[in-house]
Amino acid sequence: MSKTAIKLNVNGKTEELLVEPRELLIYVLREKLNLTGPHVGCETSHCGACTVEIDGKSVKSCTMFAVQADGAQITTVEGLSTPDNLHVLQRMFREHHGLQCGYCTPGMITRAHRLLQENPNPTEADVRFGIAGNLCRCTGYQNIVKSILAAAAEINAAQEAAE
Amino acid sequence: MIPAAFEYHRPSEIGAALDLLQTHGDEARVLAGGHSLIPMMKLRMAAIEHLIDLRDIADLRGIHIDGTRIRIGAMVTQAELITHEGLASAAPILREAALQIADPQVRYMGTVGGNVANGDPGNDMPGLMQALGAEFDLAGPSGTRTVAARDFYEAAYMTAREDDEILTAIRFDATTGGFAYEKQKRKIGDYATAAAAVLITRDGDSVATASVAMTNLADTPIWSQAAADALTGTTCDAHAIRAATDAALADIDPTEDNRGPVEFKRHVAGIIISRAIARAWSRA
Ligand SMILES: Cc1cc2nc3c(=O)[nH]c(=O)nc-3n(C[C@H](O)[C@H](O)[C@H](O)COP(=O)(O)OP(=O)(O)OC[C@H]3O[C@@H](n4cnc5c(N)ncnc54)[C@H](O)[C@@H]3O)c2cc1C
Ligand code: FES
Ligand code: FES
Repeated sequence: MSKTAIKLNVNGKTEELLVEPRELLIYVLREKLNLTGPHVGCETSHCGACTVEIDGKSVKSCTMFAVQADGAQITTVEGLSTPDNLHVLQRMFREHHGLQCGYCTPGMITRAHRLLQENPNPTEADVRFGIAGNLCRCTGYQNIVKSILAAAAEINAAQEAAE
Repeated sequence: MIPAAFEYHRPSEIGAALDLLQTHGDEARVLAGGHSLIPMMKLRMAAIEHLIDLRDIADLRGIHIDGTRIRIGAMVTQAELITHEGLASAAPILREAALQIADPQVRYMGTVGGNVANGDPGNDMPGLMQALGAEFDLAGPSGTRTVAARDFYEAAYMTAREDDEILTAIRFDATTGGFAYEKQKRKIGDYATAAAAVLITRDGDSVATASVAMTNLADTPIWSQAAADALTGTTCDAHAIRAATDAALADIDPTEDNRGPVEFKRHVAGIIISRAIARAWSRA
């Protein structure tokens, strides 16, 4: 099968690639671009471990062909921060024990990132509903919700201080 | 889970998409949000040689509200239905139903056109479209036609849409009065064990008009004229709700599956239908 040329903007960098149309975005990100933040949990569109942000939407990258993303802006968890300068969501997940094994964490954080862009002052119920597409087998969610609420509070406090 | 190989097309005009469907016949399929089709392709339950992505066709986008008439382009996503303020006042049942579909990630991608065209009895929008008495616009090689939602569904995955037609938009009247979409599911991301869409208008103390439809309780969505008749003219008291629920239950034909045996589904359906009627009336 012939390959198709696509151009993706991933974490601010333009990537030109040749892909087979049937290649799922998650594998292109992980195996061609070495972005192993997004994980493969279920491969059946249920767990959200593969969540990335595409043109302002949280997307399960196991349920999208890379060719569909041609021309899109993509952010993976790697694009949110650097190891020396963690994103506030990452700091809050660490502080509030929002992770145990860490498998779901990149998906949780990219989803939470989008959620806070759309709703900077979520209630606990908003957070639970907003991360309903992300499964965690370890934490029981309690501390994930706490971490996201703490991140929202910190972002808002920083914004108020700046004004 | 690697789908079989296919060729990918991304036309930017509806005419070009129709030409591709014509040229490739059975081997071609259109792709909207992909959240029903791609899982099927991964399981190799759908063999497709030419995938025609509709995402670049501007004519298929947009929500237009013109007085009391509403037109929603096929490629409008469930997330857009939820966040559209005009729609929330013109037909609030759409937001209520869309919020009960899957999870946030699926709703960013899944489209209203894909949801109604798919033909899966588990999809929620087809039942809703029965309640609204919506019309579907189809474009084909010899022009366009309109099919009533209530005439569209023939059997599971069998609809009035021909293989070479594309669903371009859904149209319906703005709603007045009370509404409710009630759904019982085992967990977030699951299809309905039973769901019901109800619209009711009030005249003084009694029901002026009613519309009652159900999801995943037969191999097509069900609209129950008898249930509407049982409510019309009543004060929507417990007796009327019981009678309408019984009438609706007489119109369904659930089958046993991993969501439970037939008896259980009928039991759940009864509760969901009664709740939907009571809630729609409380808002009428
Ligand atoms: C985990 C998960 C849970 C889900 N839960 C629910 C749920 O509870 N309720 C629910 O309703 N849905 C549910 N869905 C399905 C989801 O809503 C789909 O997005 C929707 O069914 C199909 O829309 P789509 O845009 O993704 O269509 P696609 O998957 O792209 O297409 C579906 C079918 O429709 C055809 N098609 C699409 N658009 C058109 C068009 N304009 N003209 C003609 N044919 C067209 C395609 O060729 C294909 O055969 C779930 C999906 C997932 C992954
Ligand atoms: S791997 Fe994509 S949803 Fe689980
Ligand atoms: S921390 Fe282990 S799956 Fe969530």
